[in-house]
Amino acid sequence: MSDFETVAASEDPHARRGPSGEPNAPNQIGGTSVTPGRPRSLAGDAWRDLRRKPIFWISSALVLVVTAMAAVPALFTTADPADCLLSRQHAGPSGGAIFGYDFQGCNTYARAVYGARASLLVGALSALLTGLIALTVGMLAGYFGRWIDAVLSRVIDIVLGIPLLLAAIVLLKRVASDSATIRIAAVIFVLAVLGWTTTARVVRSSVITAKEQDYVSAARMLGASNSRIMWRHILPNTLAPAIVVLTIALGSFIAAEATLSFLGIGLKEPTISWGIDINNGRVHMRESATPLMVPSTFLALTVLAFIMLGDAIRDAFDPKLR
Amino acid sequence: MRGNRPTRGSERKAGAVSQSAVQPTPASPTPEGGHLLEVRDLHVEFRTGEGVAKVINGVSYHLDAGETLAVLGESGSGKSVTAQAIMGILDTPPAVIRSGQIRYQGRDLLAQSEEQRRQVRGTEIAMIFQDALSALNPTFPVGWQIGETLRQRAGMSRGDARRRAIELMELVKIPAAASRLGDYPHQFSGGMRQRVMIAMALALNPKVLIADEPTTALDVTVQAQIMDLLSDLRRDLRMAMILITHDLGVVAGVADRIAVMYAGRIVEHADVRSLYKTPAHPYTKGLLESIPRLDFHGQQLSTIRGLPPNLMRIPSGCPFHPRCPYVQQVCVDVVPHDLVLGDGRTSACHFAQEVRDDRAR
Amino acid sequence: MVRFILRRLLQMVLAFFGTTLIVYALMFAGQGDPIQALAGERPVTEAQRAYLTEKFHLDRTGIDGFFYRYFDYIRNLLQGDLGESLTGRQIGDILAAAWPVTIKLALIAMAVTVLVGVTAGVLAGVRRASIFDNSTLLLTLVVLAVPTIVLAPIAQYLLGVRWQLFPPTAGADPDFYSLLLPGIVLGSLSLATALRLTRTAVAENLRADYVRTARSKGLVKRRIVGIHVLRNSLIPVVTFLGVELGNLMGGAIITEGVFNIPGVGFNLFRAIRTEDGPLVVGIVSVLVVVYLIANLVVDVLYAVLDPRIRYE
Repeated sequence: MSDFETVAASEDPHARRGPSGEPNAPNQIGGTSVTPGRPRSLAGDAWRDLRRKPIFWISSALVLVVTAMAAVPALFTTADPADCLLSRQHAGPSGGAIFGYDFQGCNTYARAVYGARASLLVGALSALLTGLIALTVGMLAGYFGRWIDAVLSRVIDIVLGIPLLLAAIVLLKRVASDSATIRIAAVIFVLAVLGWTTTARVVRSSVITAKEQDYVSAARMLGASNSRIMWRHILPNTLAPAIVVLTIALGSFIAAEATLSFLGIGLKEPTISWGIDINNGRVHMRESATPLMVPSTFLALTVLAFIMLGDAIRDAFDPKLR
Repeated sequence: MRGNRPTRGSERKAGAVSQSAVQPTPASPTPEGGHLLEVRDLHVEFRTGEGVAKVINGVSYHLDAGETLAVLGESGSGKSVTAQAIMGILDTPPAVIRSGQIRYQGRDLLAQSEEQRRQVRGTEIAMIFQDALSALNPTFPVGWQIGETLRQRAGMSRGDARRRAIELMELVKIPAAASRLGDYPHQFSGGMRQRVMIAMALALNPKVLIADEPTTALDVTVQAQIMDLLSDLRRDLRMAMILITHDLGVVAGVADRIAVMYAGRIVEHADVRSLYKTPAHPYTKGLLESIPRLDFHGQQLSTIRGLPPNLMRIPSGCPFHPRCPYVQQVCVDVVPHDLVLGDGRTSACHFAQEVRDDRAR
Repeated sequence: MVRFILRRLLQMVLAFFGTTLIVYALMFAGQGDPIQALAGERPVTEAQRAYLTEKFHLDRTGIDGFFYRYFDYIRNLLQGDLGESLTGRQIGDILAAAWPVTIKLALIAMAVTVLVGVTAGVLAGVRRASIFDNSTLLLTLVVLAVPTIVLAPIAQYLLGVRWQLFPPTAGADPDFYSLLLPGIVLGSLSLATALRLTRTAVAENLRADYVRTARSKGLVKRRIVGIHVLRNSLIPVVTFLGVELGNLMGGAIITEGVFNIPGVGFNLFRAIRTEDGPLVVGIVSVLVVVYLIANLVVDVLYAVLDPRIRYE
């Protein structure tokens, strides 16, 4: 249905532990004895693993470039994306317009550069909001368990069962305003409200794991309050996995925003969005394909960068998945 | 040998030489004059990202027709890996068979092609595993799984395989066998599942049955029933059996001989009676002393101090020396030979005689 | 088994009411002028206003009125009466014409997914960490990350317009050939996911204890992988494919829109563009029901495949 759900679905729902038989697990054989040697932290191992991966470096570089593009587009182009002249319709490349002009006579390259802002803004803020919802729900469900967990888990199931694109269409149809700020806020809100479930599940399970740790029981016996245990002891443990999932989600949110704008229910002109430009370019592809190709490439690379980055970090932290 | 302190590199070699020098003691004769099944100086490593674990370091044992050999050791001692090497079902990688022979009826299985080895599995040598729940395929009925062996290997028709599967299930004393044919593994109790596993292993009338911790996952009462069943079946069907276990109590009534493994070596090898009565290796002695006994009132139960060795860094000399109460300088420096103690007994301890005669401890 | 299906059926009925209530509430609750909301920015004629007021019982107010309208909407939905679109056509008729096309497209996409995705997934799982495995992993990651709004127009441009290997658009009564390219585009996402799922499941099951048992029975490797491992590995894959079939039917909005395929998604695409509120509501409602039914079918299928679930 949407890229958003499929990426989440590509995680194996039946992730089981590896071999249990003694002969298949040589590390288990030596595992019982105390190994004298340098202490190795999980994060340290993960970093060592990451450093050797070209995918990690390529995607990090892409993320940096696109972030810079969103923050200071003038670094990448001096042209004004709003400067459109119908007389330049589908004109070829020239001076400041390395990819020529589109159907409206706007600078294709400049529009693509300026399109990064809306995409990244929506992606980052949706991910942030998603993170807040997911941390709250996941923490409550995982920490308190019992009926709170039962109720919240059911809610997660239901929201997870709602087809994202359809629900987003229904919700966004209700936003009549054409104000750029309101539309951006609406898209962020809709994506976060529909997209927090996967992260919440991840947080919930890491909270449950952290809760079982000895030092948490110790803190509880020493009389620490629930809120202190949650903030000081459990939250730090859930952040790493949550951030990994959110990095991937950020990419998916960018794709979802572009899809909604493409359909005409997300962001609207005059906001510059890759989704809108892809749709315009598509309509006129027979006359000139560049106005379709350029924003498509920008969008695809950006989404790919975030998803690959998240994927690489997750692999590094959880080598068992490979 | 004194002063010839083995380095890490030469250690395996030294052990190999010393162990292969020991001739297996003659036992009941088999047609070819050799043993039915014989493992000779087997070396197996596991190669992982973290390093090389030397899991089997020169294991030799043999099995004659109709007898039961118990292989005893804690987890990680290499007893299961040896069995899987015999079956040819080691996962390679990570496992690598470095050297050695596994002779069945005089032929070296390790020199055979995968196809030849496949033919041996099930028909000549069969194996049952510790956890029947995970060892059986969860998505097929048990009757189908027993019948599969018959259909695929013995070329039986569906109907014949079905009838034979019922017979086999009756043979292992599963009540109402015919009606349980269509049930799935998770619908059986632990003991019944292990019986299904046994029925499956017996399908092709193997001459050797390897039972890898067959009772470990079971309740104590059920353990006895399964051991009795295995023992009866072995006798009735005239099979030879290798019983792999970490539980000395399981072995007593069933086995003829015992091989005790530690850190991928056989440290002591003896008939059951002598081993229980006069253990000749400190490790065996430690194991025996750690069994709770009804006639030892008010005494503290002793344990073996320390932990099993890290197989990536096996201690120099005798691998048991860091935990051994008899330890001397020679134990740190020199890998002990298999000392032949008579009556087919061997012990890989520099002080085997002393340990055997030291009943006070 | 029957009890399992009955229980699932009951759960589905609950989920049906829950989901439709949410959808309905999202669409209508607390609006200033619900009619204008339905019509978006289009001017509404008096005749349309009268029709919509009657159709949705907008003259009744408050919570009571909301639930009255909701149950009225459910009753109509169940009777197959979806009302009229703003263009005056019966929504039921529009959908009746659109469904066969959408189903055809979804089946093509599914066939591509199963043939390519599952086969390659098994190969990658068996040869884990090989070149084939690593390149499929990277390739599927790319496919998963590239949004359909990029993939569909570019495939259309390159394969349809530029190289003319496929018809670039489908048109009114599409044949198999003209649906093939959209089917591949639509299926590519599910293909990538199915491939990854299959790969993980196969790789994991190959290490399972029962594989060791099968080997010790002296079975040939082909049979161990093809029967024992595959049967267990396909459980999550089939589950995914079932959900995905529901998704493919409702989720072809972009693909059908881009390739001009007159299916359900295309009609929704057009309804959104033309701001035809009643048509959007009608199609979304039907799609939600399809989605729920697909989930039920998946659950039952799951139980058929995995005996451990069946007897819970």
